[in-house]
Order: sequence, then C-alpha cells, then structure tokens
Amino acid sequence: MTYVTKPRLHHPTLAKNRLGFTRRDYEGNVSTLCAGCGHDSISAALIQAFWELSIEPHRVAKLSGIGCSSKTPDYFLGNSHGFNTVHGRMPSVLTGANLANRDLIYLGVSGDGDSASIGLGQFGHVMRRGVNMTYILENNGVYGLTKGQFSATADKGSKAKRGQVNTEAPVDTVSLALIMGATFVARSFSGDKHQLVPLVKAAIAHEGAAFIDVISPCVAFNNHPGSTKSYDYVREHNEAVNRLDFWPSREAITVEYKDGQVIEVAQHDGSIIKLRKTHPDYDPGDRTRALTYIQQHQALGEVVTGLLYLHPEAEDLHAHLNTCEVAFNRLGEKELCPGAGMLEKINAALR
Amino acid sequence: MKRIESLNDFVIKFANVNGSGSASANELFAKSFLRMGIPVSPRNIFPSNIQGLPTWYEVRVDEKGWLGRRGGVDLMVAMNPQTWDADVKEIDPGGYLFYDDTKALPPSKFRDDIHVIGMPLTEICNATYTDSRERQLFKNIIYVGALAGMLGIEPEVIAELIGEQYKGKEKLLKPNLNAFKMGLDHARMHLKEACGLKVKRAYAVGEKIFIEGNAAAALGCVYGGATVCAWYPITPSSSLAEAFQRYCSRLRVDKETGKNKFAIIQGEDELASVGIAIGAGWNGARAFTATSGPGISLMTEFIGLAYFAEIPLTIIDVQRGGPSTGMPTRTQQADVLACAYASHGDTKHVLLFPEDPNECFEFAAQALDLADRLQTPVFLMTDLDIGMNQRLTAPLKWDDSRKYDRGKVMSAEELEAGKEFGRYLDVDGDGIPYRTLPGTHPSKGAYFTRGTTKNAYATYSEAGSDYVTNVQRLLKKFETAKTLVPKPVLTPAKVPARFGCIYYGSTSPAMSEALEALAGQGIFINALRVRSFPFQDELFDFVASHTKVFVVEQNRDAQLKTLLVNDAGINPASLISVLHYDGTPITARFITKEIAEIVAALNVRPIKKDKAA
Repeated sequence: MTYVTKPRLHHPTLAKNRLGFTRRDYEGNVSTLCAGCGHDSISAALIQAFWELSIEPHRVAKLSGIGCSSKTPDYFLGNSHGFNTVHGRMPSVLTGANLANRDLIYLGVSGDGDSASIGLGQFGHVMRRGVNMTYILENNGVYGLTKGQFSATADKGSKAKRGQVNTEAPVDTVSLALIMGATFVARSFSGDKHQLVPLVKAAIAHEGAAFIDVISPCVAFNNHPGSTKSYDYVREHNEAVNRLDFWPSREAITVEYKDGQVIEVAQHDGSIIKLRKTHPDYDPGDRTRALTYIQQHQALGEVVTGLLYLHPEAEDLHAHLNTCEVAFNRLGEKELCPGAGMLEKINAALR
Repeated sequence: MKRIESLNDFVIKFANVNGSGSASANELFAKSFLRMGIPVSPRNIFPSNIQGLPTWYEVRVDEKGWLGRRGGVDLMVAMNPQTWDADVKEIDPGGYLFYDDTKALPPSKFRDDIHVIGMPLTEICNATYTDSRERQLFKNIIYVGALAGMLGIEPEVIAELIGEQYKGKEKLLKPNLNAFKMGLDHARMHLKEACGLKVKRAYAVGEKIFIEGNAAAALGCVYGGATVCAWYPITPSSSLAEAFQRYCSRLRVDKETGKNKFAIIQGEDELASVGIAIGAGWNGARAFTATSGPGISLMTEFIGLAYFAEIPLTIIDVQRGGPSTGMPTRTQQADVLACAYASHGDTKHVLLFPEDPNECFEFAAQALDLADRLQTPVFLMTDLDIGMNQRLTAPLKWDDSRKYDRGKVMSAEELEAGKEFGRYLDVDGDGIPYRTLPGTHPSKGAYFTRGTTKNAYATYSEAGSDYVTNVQRLLKKFETAKTLVPKPVLTPAKVPARFGCIYYGSTSPAMSEALEALAGQGIFINALRVRSFPFQDELFDFVASHTKVFVVEQNRDAQLKTLLVNDAGINPASLISVLHYDGTPITARFITKEIAEIVAALNVRPIKKDKAA
C-alpha cells in the first residue's frame, strides 16, 4: 500500500531527540504486511531505537533479502537508502556495501527462509567475516509470501496451519551465529518491545557482527495451536536470561543501579550495557557455555531470549583487512592510480 | 630424409610430467629468446592436476613476430613416457625428437621421417646427484643447457636469467648454473649439428613486454581504481585475483599509515563474490569479480538484479571450455552467449573482447569506467589462452591526465539546489538515470533499490506501463553503450576484397598470421576484429559490403555469429562460421586451411597478381 502517502504534519508536542527529530522522521512508507504481523512491531522497535540513539536516518543503509521480512526496510527510515537484494544473498551485498563506505551504519534485515534456508551459507560467512552490522532475523518459522510452507527454523513436531507436522530438525540461527563467530548474539520477541529496543541499540553500537534473532509470529499462517512460533506459545515459553539497558556513553546513564544487581559491559565505541540478570547462572561473556545453555533449554521447549553473547572488544572486517580510514567511495585517481611513471617501471621489469 | 632447417622460426614442444619442476626451466628457456631479441610465444597445456599427469609447454619462436599458435611441432622434447607415442606422432616430417636415451627403446617407438636426438639425461643426473629430487629438478636445467647448445642460444643470456631467478638464493644459483653448463657442454661436444633449428640474435622484440593476461587485467583494475575485489578460486581466473592482491600490496598501501586502499575477499562461492561486488558498486566503490564459465552460471540471478536495479559491476570472465566443469584447463570462447544474455527475463549486457594482455589492461580499466557510466554489469571476456600464458605485448600505457568516469552521481549540493532526482528517470535522453550514493543528503535523494518493478522515482509499482517504460529505457541505455564501447578494428586487404572476416579475442594473433598466409595464396580478405558488444554500425556496414563474411570463433555453436544474427539482425546466409573448439588455442594453419577450402568450394579461382579472390 505504498501508494498511500502518510501525512507529513507532526503533532507539535511530539518528543524530539538530540538532533531535533521526532519518531516520525524515522518512519518509512505504510506497511503492506498483514494487520498484527510481528514484523511491523520489529519495524517500530527499530524506529524507536534509531530515534533514541539520535542517529541521522540518512547515515543508515538498510539491506534485505526477499520475503515478508525483507520488505520491511521500506517501512522505516524513509530517508535512508535501502536495498532489497536477492533471496538469501543480503549478507554478501551488505558486506560489499560496508567495504565501500565504512562510515555508515549497516542494518541487515532478513527472514527465516532467507537466512536459514536459501541463505544459510551467506548467513554463516558474514558472521565469520565479522562485518560491522546489525543483522535482524525476523523469525516466524514459515514462508508467508508463498502462503504457509514450513521454513527451516520450524521446530520438529510443530504443526502447520493445515495440520501437517514438521518432521525435519530446525536450524537454530542463534547457535549457528555463535559457532560462526558473531560477536554480539541475541534473541528476542517481537511482542516484547522493552527487551527488543535496548538490544537493537546495543547491537547498533557494537563494532562487529551483531545478530538478533527476533521471534515474530505470522498472524496469517503460523499463529495457531501446535505452532511454536505463535504469540501464545512464545509468551508462555519465553525464558529471558537477562534484561538490559543501553547507554550510549557513561555520562548518559540516568538511572541509579544498586550494586550487585547488574553487570556492566563497556563496548569498543564507549557505549555501556547494563545487564540485569534474570537467570543468575547465565554468563553472556562465555560463548561455549552459552551454546550449551541454549541447547539445553531449547530441548525443554523454552525460547531463550536476551543478550546471549557479547564480545565487547570485537574487531570488524575493516580491521582484519587493515583498510584505510577514508571510505573507499571517496577515493579518486589521486589516491588509487599509481600513475604512468610507475607503469613504466612495471613495464621495464617485464622485459 | 628431409631435414627442417630454420633460423629464428620454429616450434618446440616440451612434453613433461606435471609437478616435475619443468615449468620454471621451460619458462627460462622461452625467455632466453626474448633476451636475444627474438619474439616468442609460449603456451602451457596443462591438466587439472597438481602432480603426475601429462603437461606440455609449447614454445613458438618467430622473428617475424607472429604470436599465435602456429600448429605443428619442429622439435619435440619428449620427457614423458606416458605420452610418448602421441608426442612422437605430432612432430612434423623432417622434424626432431629430443629424448633421454639412457634406456634403449625399440625401433618401433620411433618414426623414420624424423631426426632422433638422444642424450643420456638420467645417466648424467644419476652420476652427478645422489638426492632423487635433485636428480629430477636438475634434469630440466640440463636439457635446457643441451637445447641452448644445439640451437645456439647465447649461454650468457641463460646464465643471466638463472641469476635473476635465484637472486638472493646463492645456494641454488651455483648448482643451477653448473647443471646448465653440463647440458651445454654435452651438446657442444656431441650434438653440434644434430638439429637444423638455429637461433641468432635479432632486434625484433623492441619495447614489448612479456606478461600474462590475468596479471595485465589485474593491473588494469589497480589503475582503473577498483578498491573491492571479491572472487572465488576457479581456473583459469584465480591468478587474476592473486595478481590483484600482489599489485595492491605493492601499489595501494598508504605509505604514511600502512593502511590498505583496497579490500580483497575470497568469497564462499561465486554468488557471494558477485554479491559483494554489487554491494560495493551500489555504494559507490569500484568493484570487480573474476571468474570463469561455471562461476558466471552461478552469478546469473545477481547479474539480473544488477542489470535491472542498475548497479555498476565489472565481471572478468577468463573463459575455459564448458559446459559443466568442461575443460577446466583448456581454452575456449564459449561463454559469449551466456554472458551477453546472462540472467532471467530480458537482459543484455556489455561485453568487451581483449585480444592480448595489453588490451586486458586497457579494457579492465575501461570496464570500470563503463560500469559506472552505464550503471550496469560489464563483462571483460578474456580466456585461458590470453589469461594464463605469458605473451609478448605492447608496453602498458597510462595517461596521467585521465580521470575516472564516475558517471551520473548526484551530489548533496545538487540535491540541495533542488535538482530533480528520479532514480530511474531519463533526464538526458540517453537512457542513463542519475543515482545517489547512500548517506548523501539528510532529506533528499534516498531511494529504495529493488529488483522488482518500480516507477521512475523508484517507488514500487506493478503497473505494466511502468515496467515497459523502464525496460524500454534500458534498451535506450544499451544504444548509448554503443557510443562508449571500443570500436571494431579493421584490417583491410592489400587489394579490394569480396570476402570479409570477423574475429575477436585470443583468435587475433593466429588470424593476423592466417590473413597473410591466405594473401600469399591469392585469397584476399578484409578483416574486422570485434572488440565489444553491443555491436556498432561499423559491423553492419562491414557485413553489408562483402559477399560472404567468415566468422572465426573458438566454440562449437558459433556464439558470436548467433549474436550477430539474433541481436543485430544480420542475414545468416551472408555469414560462414570457422570454428575451433578442441580446447587448444586456434592456429594460423587451421584458419588458413579452413578458409582456403571454403573459398575453393565457393568456386572462386584465386588470382595471384592484382585481383582479389
């Protein structure tokens, strides 16, 4: 329904962020997804997070693959460039875009078909490379645009709307991201904005491969009894291991914390994450134990959410490749062309 | 018995076992001619294998400067028992067989119309060296020494080359020089007049350089301003990305900061590689990927996206024989159609056909300009023959006043000044719209890139009229491309000719030689070397002005001819295909014979003097 233009008028009392923008400045076109779709809640959480962080919308590049989830970048950050690429291949395009200009913020939006089936390979490799990005997987366990086929994240034994039972093992994207080397890994639920928004903010601040798997129920094809990705199921089985507050800097902290209740993690960019543990034995700094914990609780049918792993000193692809500080797309002949004199020398060595 | 006697004009073929260390010795041998001022063109004929399978190295020495594969062998250096019979068979009558006669072979293993030159290589090695690897490696240098002695290559030249090769590795220098000397002395003593092929210093190389096409193309990417290279290993293109890495490490590291002004990603597959290049192109960096036919197949969905979403992209296709894994280590021009129409839906792409390393360099840099200017995928169609063989070529040239053509990129200032921006709006009538780069302006110029149908302002649209307008504009853009891509090169016959010939890419040196040979037979042909697709008017005029036009290609299905008929509407009756596709580079002898036969069949009597056939 992108032909419907949203009114540009704002209510004068709308709150403004540090840049003087209201949340409306972070919106995009009107969503064409079904009413009640979890993906729209995620878009709203993204809008909230970018607004709260006072990031200039045009300094964000949004990239997505193909599917319901991948349509959503059209529905937020209307002043950002977006790229709806090909099915399952957003990670490679995002990698290239990131190499071309390291100064922008890269947001990858994908779905479970896009990332866990056709794009499983690229999903894994973009984590390996440590591309500085926030990768949001809007996970509903089902193919929406093609009307209700199981996706690879559907749990074994879960039921489709028309009654078939899934017999294949699910791909656990969170565990996979951990194994492949992502340095920020979280899981959340589209229906829990209070958990999701700070996670998104912390992921954006993270200078490495940040991945958030967001369970996002499909109201049209996967919100019935027997589904393990329905609103009801996820609410009943949500096991949040922690709650977090995100502060862009130490100075910005406005809440007083009692000692012993929170763990503080400082990220590379100076941002602070205050973690309130809800499961006392969970340590998001321990990758191996995180993997075991997730596996154990998943086996019990629980959906483990929260910040699952964070490597605060992560390095990104640009650091690995030792690239220059100036964005590649700003380099010209002067910086890139070795010139005729050098070519003469090269010629001479080839005789 | 006939004895081939020739000065500075012959073909020597080495039959070796892969992994036996012959490659560097053979290369040393080939280079020695250049240092004596005689043009040489070596070709590797190698298996898909690291060790054990047969491999050949064919060296054509020709003072006249013909660099194509000639066909035929004057001297076979037969070092591989596995391929002995076939190797012996290949020698031209009156030619020479050089072999290791340590172990006697029955007469049935030889031919009586060739001259056999034996040398006890194994015996000499076994007597000199105790280590088995040394025995194998030095055997190669010893036969180079013997050949130098027989042919009359100046020993100082080879000593100089050995010196360059082992510079800084003094331990290896001396034994190699000794081995060379051992071979040389043996030949001088025993094989002085054994061979009628001789070498004499000449002055025919001039300023030319000796370089592989892949290295030249990589250097073209460095000079053309590519900052992102994404690739996946595939023969015969891998050495291109590796050369880019090598040149960048030397030429693109900031001296003050030690930071790289380039990024090279070895992707997990060709899909990721082209995806990375597209992402970088979308975001305003110059990017390329290098691959071969199977990689192109994998990339095609993405190529359709880049075409329809109008993203600059340079793809270097170092062609090999297909289909499937085909002939991974042999050459063909068999991806022409696959690239011209790569992807689903109605797609057409710009192709460039370099003839040699010099054009690999020039066209690689130009491809990056064209991709930015036209906002579309541009293919550099090279092949294994050009890419993986060192070729004598004109020195690479760069004009320091040359500016990169970044195409139509709207700036923040232009947006601020109120210039109208429609991502897919044809404002200049050339079919090329303006684009903006991500992050340009806070409130103007952002758009959503998609492979789906959209209107001129990049808004999603399923309206048929929007689709038609857009793809018609893409056709107009393709017309514009004709004015930008390299024009064909005409080589007119010495006298007015009825026949024409169209050829492209690595066929070029063999074709030039064939034209002269045909002229010698009284068959005069005007030749047009196609350098790009879309085809320009020169091509139509050329076909129209000849009764028949030969189209010489290195593939089975006459792919360029198909393109001429299909895309340019040329009457197929006026075109005659000459096709070579066994995986070896096309030869002048093959072209000459084919064309001469067809001309004879067309009942044209060649006239030597002043009239054309």
